[in-house]
Amino acid sequence: MKDVFAVSAPPHLKQKISVESVMWQVVLALMPALLMGIFFFGFQSLLLTLYSVLAAVLTEAIIQKFRKVPITIKDGSAVVTGILVAFNINVASPWWLPVAGSVFAIAIGKQVFGGLGFNIFNPALLGRAFLVASWPTLTTAGWTRTTPLWNSFKSSINGLQNLPNNVPEVITSATPLSVVKALRDTTQISRDMAETVMNNVASFPTIREIFWGNIGGVIGEVSALALLIGAAYLAWKHIIEWRIPVSYIGTVFVLIYIFGGINGLFSASLLLPVFHIFSGGLILGAFFMATDMVTSPVTKKGRLIFGIGCGILTVVIRLVGGYPEGVSYSILLMNIAVPLIDKYTVPKIFGEVKA
Amino acid sequence: MGLRTFPGGVHPHDEKHYSKDSAIEELPLPKKVVIPISQHIGAPSQPIVKKGDEVKTGQIISEANGFVSIPMHASITGKVTKIGKFYHPNGSMAQAIEITGNGEDDWIELSEEKEIDSLTADEIKSRIAEAGICGMGGAGFPTHVKLSPPKDKFIDTVILNGVECEPYLTADYRLMLERSKDIIQGLKLLMKTVSAKQGIIGIEANKPDAIEIFEKLLKNENNLKAIPLKLKYPQGAEKQLIYATTKRSVPNKGGLPMDVNVVVQNVGTTIAVLEAVKYRKPLIDRIITVSGRIVKNPKNIKARIGTYFSDLLEFAGGTTEEIGKVISGGPMMGFAISTLETPMAKTSSGLLLFDQKLAQKEAERICLRCGRCVDICPMNLVPSLIAHNVKHEDWEMAEKYGVMDCMKCGSCAYVCPSHIKLIQWIDIGKIKVSAQKK
Ligand code: SF4
Ligand code: SF4
Repeated sequence: MKDVFAVSAPPHLKQKISVESVMWQVVLALMPALLMGIFFFGFQSLLLTLYSVLAAVLTEAIIQKFRKVPITIKDGSAVVTGILVAFNINVASPWWLPVAGSVFAIAIGKQVFGGLGFNIFNPALLGRAFLVASWPTLTTAGWTRTTPLWNSFKSSINGLQNLPNNVPEVITSATPLSVVKALRDTTQISRDMAETVMNNVASFPTIREIFWGNIGGVIGEVSALALLIGAAYLAWKHIIEWRIPVSYIGTVFVLIYIFGGINGLFSASLLLPVFHIFSGGLILGAFFMATDMVTSPVTKKGRLIFGIGCGILTVVIRLVGGYPEGVSYSILLMNIAVPLIDKYTVPKIFGEVKA
Repeated sequence: MGLRTFPGGVHPHDEKHYSKDSAIEELPLPKKVVIPISQHIGAPSQPIVKKGDEVKTGQIISEANGFVSIPMHASITGKVTKIGKFYHPNGSMAQAIEITGNGEDDWIELSEEKEIDSLTADEIKSRIAEAGICGMGGAGFPTHVKLSPPKDKFIDTVILNGVECEPYLTADYRLMLERSKDIIQGLKLLMKTVSAKQGIIGIEANKPDAIEIFEKLLKNENNLKAIPLKLKYPQGAEKQLIYATTKRSVPNKGGLPMDVNVVVQNVGTTIAVLEAVKYRKPLIDRIITVSGRIVKNPKNIKARIGTYFSDLLEFAGGTTEEIGKVISGGPMMGFAISTLETPMAKTSSGLLLFDQKLAQKEAERICLRCGRCVDICPMNLVPSLIAHNVKHEDWEMAEKYGVMDCMKCGSCAYVCPSHIKLIQWIDIGKIKVSAQKK
């Protein structure tokens, strides 16, 4: 009897890569930021993250069991969602806040659509949006506690001490980004005064502090540097690609430079866009959420359009919208447009001739 | 890294170390050969022998059927013992002629032509056609057709494909080392046939010794040159090779190299051409790499067309472990075959044996839309969306994303984390879309 061997379609070689390896590498890439979160905000950050991850994984397992589909919690995608939800949360939050966010993210953001690959929105962002809508005070109050960190932030900004008394009121209890936002909107002080303060906030020392991770915000956004290290790793491993983050951040830079100043077009210093890039959720959003494979375009041109769209929306929200921060809503809004973007950005085929 | 290349592509490990240092060895005459009547692109040939006929080595046994077709020749001396369905190295069952040898190697008369320089282009082409030569790199397009552009097209460049970008394969590499002068002579012959002004040999950077040999030999030839190319798969795909060496882009939608004034030939084919023109020797043998981690003595074997893979494997010492998968051709584009009782054809560049572990298949998962396949597709297609639209039977969108322009290089499936059988979906798409057009 002749041996009969199994046949299959080519190729017969396969790169060593799987859904699991992709997801767990994203988890790994988020670790530097988590470590920085623990370093600056304490052990509580780790606990909140663990609750969040646990909630995400359990929700996924339970729903999959219920739907009678294979349980895929080992693929790491729920872990990623759990971490990202926690990263969007203030360390002063109660333990159930990330849990609620993760349950919502997995149940409504992912499983309702049919699970990984079918979801339209980035689940973690949807979870966050849910928390903001349901418990606005808990989530948007920002960095309310007067901690040593905040104090050091204040004193690191030259000239804040010498301002009229009413100014600090405008800017206390806030993240640097909401300070800038408040300065744009305030009528309590003169425009010139506001501009001086803004330039002081968006100054090199602040940016440096934000970059390293010395300033308030939510757990995962504390250190731009830590996030960038993780992002560099993912880019090196070809898990994320440059187009979305670069076009996103580039758009924010240009638009803030043009429109970000208080006294008309181009009145901002060049440091203001830099400050905007490193403050708030932009780095986390641009490198880890906008690049979410499932919910971003697959065509190369589509990714550029997607990034630019996120950038425009972010700037619009930050400058004229009601929130100091606009990253998550921008990405969620652009998520909706993805099928359309893919449809209208069919790439030019190698050697393409006009029909 | 200033080496020339093409956009996109992947970097599988080249795995050539198994067989690259073993010089070409000739397989003793096999007892039996099976010669498929279709080993090429175009109309299958038509058998002109019947069961019981005695045939000599090199005797024509199956005639070309039209211009885009090639004849087949007996590769050993003996008796036709069966004409019928046999396994084909592309994995299917196909019509073939079985010859049982009588132990002799009694050739038809070959004529040594001293003066090949005086032959006209048409004479050269008809000798190539008579010898039954097709592209030996894998595609199998009849060579004389490639060399006959329509009147309104002219050829200025002949490119020899010495890239051999498929992992494991080293047959062309050995030819380049062992028969470099013949290759150059063949190149000149091809250039003369199509009146080309320049000749290029494209060689991937992982074969520095071959590059060196040709650079040395071509030092004083001002219209011939060897171009080292970056190590990247599929560097040897025709359009990618043309782009890398000449920066010309072959138009899509069925465009051919001749549309950018180029003819590409594989180095093995070039030697077959030379022998056909010089000695009127039909294409009845070729070099095939037998390799894989579990092969005892990986080899580059000169073997008669129609030799069973089992004979080749035996010559290479068999395997050290249980076989998991048998591949005819290269690992990226070759065919998995179910039995070693399959004959090699004119296009058989390799016989690879994989262990059980390498043969394991991962289940297809849902597309992550990660875009990795899009990023590397050398044709700049959107493989994930082709597969998606084929699954949803949206043929129009599948075509928009490029299903008909896919060359099935397999790079997309190679990088896919979800193990999506992109080539399988693309195959279905190609069939459906072309059916719709009719
Ligand atoms: S779509 Fe076709 S041409 Fe593109 S990588 Fe896949 S197999 Fe190669
Ligand atoms: S590589 Fe696979 S998972 Fe990623 S987009 Fe392509 S088909 Fe989908």
